Amino acid sequence: MSAEPKQDISSSTALDRSDVRVKHQAGVGGAISAFFDRVRSGDLGSLPVIVGLVIIWSVFTALNPVFVSSSNLVNLLFDCSTVGVIALGIVCVLMVGEIDLSVGSISGFASAMVGTLWVNQGWPVALAIVAALAVGGFIGALYALLFNRLGMPSFVSTLAGLLAVLGLQLYILGSTGSINLPYGSNLVNFGQLLVMPDWLSYALAAVPGIVMLITGLRTVSRRRAVNLSAPSVGGLIVRVAALTILLELIVGYLNQARGIPWMFGLFVGLVVAMNYALTRTQWGRSMTAVGGNREAARRAGIKVRSIYLSAFVMCSMFAALGGVLSAARLASASQQAGTGDVNLNAIAAAVIGGTSLFGGRGSAYSALLGIIVIQSIASGLTLLDLSSSLRYMITGAVLAIAVIVDSLARRSRVSHGRA
Amino acid sequence: MSDIFDGPVSAGELVLSLRGISKNFGAVSALTDIDLDVHAGEVVALVGDNGAGKSTLVKILAGVHQPTSGTINFRGKQVTMPDPSAALTLGIATVFQDLALCENLDVVANIFLGKELSPLRLDEVAMEIRAWTLLNELSARIPSVREAVASLSGGQRQTVAIARSLLLDPKVILLDEPTAALGVAQTAEVLNLIDRVRERGLGVLMISHNMEDVRAVADRIVVLRLGRNNGVFEPDASNQELVSAITGAANNAVSRRAERRKAAEQAHNQEQRP
Repeated sequence: MSAEPKQDISSSTALDRSDVRVKHQAGVGGAISAFFDRVRSGDLGSLPVIVGLVIIWSVFTALNPVFVSSSNLVNLLFDCSTVGVIALGIVCVLMVGEIDLSVGSISGFASAMVGTLWVNQGWPVALAIVAALAVGGFIGALYALLFNRLGMPSFVSTLAGLLAVLGLQLYILGSTGSINLPYGSNLVNFGQLLVMPDWLSYALAAVPGIVMLITGLRTVSRRRAVNLSAPSVGGLIVRVAALTILLELIVGYLNQARGIPWMFGLFVGLVVAMNYALTRTQWGRSMTAVGGNREAARRAGIKVRSIYLSAFVMCSMFAALGGVLSAARLASASQQAGTGDVNLNAIAAAVIGGTSLFGGRGSAYSALLGIIVIQSIASGLTLLDLSSSLRYMITGAVLAIAVIVDSLARRSRVSHGRA
Repeated sequence: MSDIFDGPVSAGELVLSLRGISKNFGAVSALTDIDLDVHAGEVVALVGDNGAGKSTLVKILAGVHQPTSGTINFRGKQVTMPDPSAALTLGIATVFQDLALCENLDVVANIFLGKELSPLRLDEVAMEIRAWTLLNELSARIPSVREAVASLSGGQRQTVAIARSLLLDPKVILLDEPTAALGVAQTAEVLNLIDRVRERGLGVLMISHNMEDVRAVADRIVVLRLGRNNGVFEPDASNQELVSAITGAANNAVSRRAERRKAAEQAHNQEQRP
């Protein structure tokens, strides 16, 4: 078979191109018009969040140029990682169309556990973290049990959990109210100081492009071999080059200051792993199916209850991990940890990033994009020296806008025949 | 157990045979003493009024319900189907009326839902190839297998549901009201599809309320009435005969009109005679 796509179509029609009624976009112009078609029908993907990010960054930079300085952005990445990990868990429960309102409390409880077990009881730090994660997973399993066996809506069970787990947090912290984690320990260094060496960050920034190129070329050759239409190699190379240049530029800019935090590296690693699990494994396919049509998933032989169990357990464990990271970031476990806006920031991040509240649609990257939006607002308002009262109002408004966009896009998808 | 049944089906072989099937729900007997045969390469239509027991019979064959008494023979061996997966492993696939597709997933994902190839690293290319092969064998008119099912018409969704049921290579396929809620063109499309499933050598058992559709594709029409067999008809049986068998009354709107028409024809013929 020839490498030229045009000859390809005239000589032998590809298996998936034989139906003449379907428009197939070819080339760069086709890709652009297909993109506009998708957006018009309500399949927005990451577009709203990227537009929002551009607006937010332009406004804050105009008000205070320090906002885009590399040192401020490095701090931003440190702050993103803690709530971002919690938002990743929220993506899991939203995928199956459920919600967990107690992630803030779970994160606070996990940080309190690490504080008491490690500092007060003298446990090894790794063991304390594992214990916190295990308890987080147990709480998630409890929600799943209430949901699967008793039919308790997750909205209510996790709202009850919000209070109960907050009570546990206050109980184990006792009268002192806060535990300081020792400065200079690995955990606190990880949360506050440790950044990747320059060479490593440049190398890691090249990895996504290389992986995309290799898997893309493999897919193209496999599809050609079995007579399916394949995307053009040229387009793939353009995209890989653009992505690699963009990432290297970002890394270069951040390396002018301290560099890429290891904690952010951990967060991105989790996002990538989660994205693979959601899109390329049977488990992820089952999660999407359960979120889209629970009864259809059950009839297809999917163990719906175990899928719900895995979603709730993963959400709570990510929340606990986020709590440990925020304890490391603040070098303390206090009664305030996980309260206030942590809960809603995590949920808002997932929704703003493009994961639907209605289930069955979303991606792990929405946690990454969404938390950058939320933290940009927080950081920009802090730089403007505005009080937290204004920050709450603005974050609340952004969340409302994100949900409105989600609802409108959903309505448009229904009327355009895209679910 | 399944390997006894895995061999190829010869043309016209008796694949499914029910003898004396009864099903009671408490004091209500939904089915009484039902006999039914389905051969390979044959479309059997199951017709009857509401409450005649069609759906109960299909659910028994799908393994959802167990018969109270009677025997089911599949390819000459007596079998029991304690649950839906047992029916599937035997080779009896069911397409229920609500097709149970996930609208947010694409056609390939729906066809392979729960049976994905290489679970830890989904083999999308192999799945897409298999999906196209299945759809092309059915001469299905699906524009793209990478479109979400939400964008497909009712007939196309029926096609996807039937293609999915063929994935495990069944010997008998049960269709519950495949043409209900479809337009004229889409109904024709699904009837063509049923023809091609028959050409593949499968036995098809189809429930329908629509006599036109039944006559268009069925090789035999089995009438149930109040949970009992009430006659087997050839597809060229008249509407009058079928409606009488279904309703159990010789005197109804269809028969009265047929009689009037017959009388008018006779009168007409007599006038023409010199």
